[in-house]
Amino acid sequence: MPLSDFQPVIGLEVHAQLLTKSKIFCGCSTEFGAEPNRNTCPVCLGMPGVLPVLNQRVVEFAVRTGLALGCTIKKTSIWSRKNYFYPDLPKGYQITQFDQPICEWGKLTIDTPEGEKVINIRRIHMEEDAGKNVHDAAVGESLVDLNRAGVPLLEIVSEPDLRNADEAVEYLKALREVLVYLGVNDGNLEEGSFRCDANVSVMRKGDTKYGTRVELKNINSYRFIKQAIEYEISRHVDVIEAGGKIDQETRLWDTQRYESRSMRSKEEAHDYRYFPEPDLPPLHVADALIDQMAQGLPELPRPKLQRFMSQYGLPAYDAKLLCSERPLAEFFEACAQHSKDYKKLSNWFQGELARLLNESAGAVTISTLKFTPAQLAELLTAVEKGTLSNNAAKDVLGEMFRTGKAPDAIIAEKGLAQVSDSGAVEAVVDEILAKNAGEVEKYRAGKKQIFGFFVGQVMKAMKGKGNPTLVNDLLKKKLGD
Amino acid sequence: MELTDLSMLELAAKLAAGEVSSVEVTRACLARIAQVDGKVKAFLCLDEKGALAAAEASDARRKAGSPASPLDGVPIGVKDLFLTEGVPTTAGSRILEGFSPPYDSTVVGLLKKAGLPIVGKLNLDEFAMGSSNESSAYGPTHNPWALDRTPGGSSGGSAAAVAAREVFGALGTDTGGSIRQPAAFTNLVGIKPTYGRVSRYGVIAYASSLDQVGPMARTVPDTAALLQLIAQHDPLDSTSAPVEAPNYSEDLEGGVRGLKLGVPREYFIEGMDPEVEATVRQAMAAYERLGATLVEVSLPHTKYALATYYLLAPAEASSNLARYDGVRYGLRAKDAKGLREMYGQSRDRGFGSEVKHRIMLGTYALSAGYYDAYYVRAQKVRTLIRQDFTKAFEQVDAILSPASPVPPFKLGEKTDNPLSMYLMDVFTLPCNLAGLPGLSLPCGFTKSNLPIGLQILGKPFDEARLLRIARAFEREHDFSRRLAPL
Repeated sequence: MPLSDFQPVIGLEVHAQLLTKSKIFCGCSTEFGAEPNRNTCPVCLGMPGVLPVLNQRVVEFAVRTGLALGCTIKKTSIWSRKNYFYPDLPKGYQITQFDQPICEWGKLTIDTPEGEKVINIRRIHMEEDAGKNVHDAAVGESLVDLNRAGVPLLEIVSEPDLRNADEAVEYLKALREVLVYLGVNDGNLEEGSFRCDANVSVMRKGDTKYGTRVELKNINSYRFIKQAIEYEISRHVDVIEAGGKIDQETRLWDTQRYESRSMRSKEEAHDYRYFPEPDLPPLHVADALIDQMAQGLPELPRPKLQRFMSQYGLPAYDAKLLCSERPLAEFFEACAQHSKDYKKLSNWFQGELARLLNESAGAVTISTLKFTPAQLAELLTAVEKGTLSNNAAKDVLGEMFRTGKAPDAIIAEKGLAQVSDSGAVEAVVDEILAKNAGEVEKYRAGKKQIFGFFVGQVMKAMKGKGNPTLVNDLLKKKLGD
Repeated sequence: MELTDLSMLELAAKLAAGEVSSVEVTRACLARIAQVDGKVKAFLCLDEKGALAAAEASDARRKAGSPASPLDGVPIGVKDLFLTEGVPTTAGSRILEGFSPPYDSTVVGLLKKAGLPIVGKLNLDEFAMGSSNESSAYGPTHNPWALDRTPGGSSGGSAAAVAAREVFGALGTDTGGSIRQPAAFTNLVGIKPTYGRVSRYGVIAYASSLDQVGPMARTVPDTAALLQLIAQHDPLDSTSAPVEAPNYSEDLEGGVRGLKLGVPREYFIEGMDPEVEATVRQAMAAYERLGATLVEVSLPHTKYALATYYLLAPAEASSNLARYDGVRYGLRAKDAKGLREMYGQSRDRGFGSEVKHRIMLGTYALSAGYYDAYYVRAQKVRTLIRQDFTKAFEQVDAILSPASPVPPFKLGEKTDNPLSMYLMDVFTLPCNLAGLPGLSLPCGFTKSNLPIGLQILGKPFDEARLLRIARAFEREHDFSRRLAPL
């Protein structure tokens, strides 16, 4: 039986690091990249006698996220301990939420080739991150860095509503976009502040009972998640086809060898011995906080995209691109206030501006541009009015990008203004036609294809600054067309 | 009379009058310790330098006319479960050998701020698990009233040190009776405040939902004064109550006239020592003479309290003690190969048998498949026990009972029988399950001169009334004034 006879079933658990300044249960900094164990204190080191004190900002971020994803915010939720031994887990347990999380039952819409699809979100809960073990093979030592221990995380758990690897990637992209829009997460996959576990199973088409699932742990790129899920689906199908059985287990994705490997089976799976955390009272969320968070919600990527299409008449492709990042969308809207040709504006965003940003390799972002939306609009208006050629405008934009100088200053400085004075252009046209009497004769005799030659000569004489429309019109008139 | 025989407040008066300096009295304590602690073995560690420096600073404040608190300059000791910056803290366990904490527990910080020199760290049952001090990895403490007997536990070192006049007062912790039972065994006043009344931050956790810090001293006014220094909200402890403490010393002499005192039907059990029962009943009768009314009350779920406690406390302990894994501090099995072996061997060598026993009980009670049958069920019974007290306190102002079913028993007598040892807490632990305050008060002696304690239980945050009730009895009797024959 081929792959097409099977239906993959995928659910994702995303761990998103919250953009708080301090850790979830103490005042230590959450800054990334500090010297090992610099951002620690007795509390996050799990010293004897320490007790957790909840960072209220974490609750605000959880509520904000829950509201954006259409979840029910639970008025009372409970902290639990998840017990296991590992050197990077200082207390021997992780403080997390278990049977009563802060948010439940939300949704996220994604695009698929068959159209929009709604993925259900089962729960969102808060928890503390663990530290990091660093293995130094050369010395044969393992070192523990607890800077990350106690950094606040949201775990966002989807229902098993995803049906292939592409949908999983779409879901992750859409979720990341929302979290970054909300300002609760930096969306940084490389640094692991947005990472995911995937639960994958397959069942025969038409079956109603899900197959045995395998958990793929800690994947931190879209490419790897796609590879890992696709690999796992075909592995499951192969095993089942060969008459075998899938073991419920945890596997990891080997990015070098392009295969998944078993980490631990169900038999050796942990018994986490969850129980309510006695050091923290139940968490009560006041209505006032929920209202406050609801009022502070920004326009989310999807509604914004719809609005960009209707308000600016942009094609879906353009709108999606512009709305993929909140600062980009905001910059576009600020420019749009000074401009009427939204499509042309969008083209500049996708073309020149995107190119300049790319070339800066992260040194400049849309939020740190040196020029203002009004200046960009001014530049494009100059092109529209014909006072600046398209090519010259690209040069000016590059200069604005580098120096932050005003466009008119750059144009004046470099003498890039287009000549649209018909008297001045006519003089040059006359001069060129006089110089090339032979060509003029041939043209008039019917060799129409050399028209471009005359245009080129005029432009060359004008150092590229002649208004092209005017040059064309005058040439045609003089040549007697 | 020796300087060290004074009560805390008597000493405080002499310090205030300039009759004695804190340095003198701290030296007197150190001399007394040198003289008797070889027999009592209350101290695990002395901090002579720290105590004398604190005493000097206290004397300087006195001279400047600005004492930091009414007890400024009074030397005390703390159970070795409280973290003390730079001073070894072991919890009575090998696993914390060599551990010198980087910070002070909140209560130790408060005592230091109040100017009390902390002379040293006092012995306890390992991680506060026990009722006799015999589970300490560093050997048992002896009862100053009879050196072949236990001072009780787990705050047995604290109790013995105060009873032996090595210090004037001490802090203990009480998870199931660990302040009240040793207080009863050593003729002291000890109070376990309401859960949340005193900060637990920096106190090594045994069972987080039951642990509470409290003072032990020789008189009720001393106990009130010491409690005053530590009873305050702590933002570092999320279970600490944001309730301001009243002045515990203000109303101490108010008497008991018109109060209704409950006598629980279920607290006079079979197997109770007849001398204890008779003495406690005499104390109850004394309260009637002082103008209180005795009312019989029922706490019907008392019989489940022991079982409930020995599910919940070990469950929490199994989790609280997971951090002692040899990775970051304390004992590590250095020759172990690989991570699992290092965990296993470090914990095997570091923990004593009572601790291992409770970790296993707790791990079992929390494990998948047993959680509902044990942990969840115990939580439900805990609610019923709490409701028993709520109902009883609708009728009475406080409840009287024995603190312990027996007088101090002999060292080694119960070590082979954990269940009989667990029974020592039968009267004290329902109060922890309900989060209520409880006090133990000297109320008499056996014919062989062993102390007997009366327990007084109260409503949440009603410590002031408990102290007043205790004081009414103490004023009429001289038990508190009797000194251990040492």
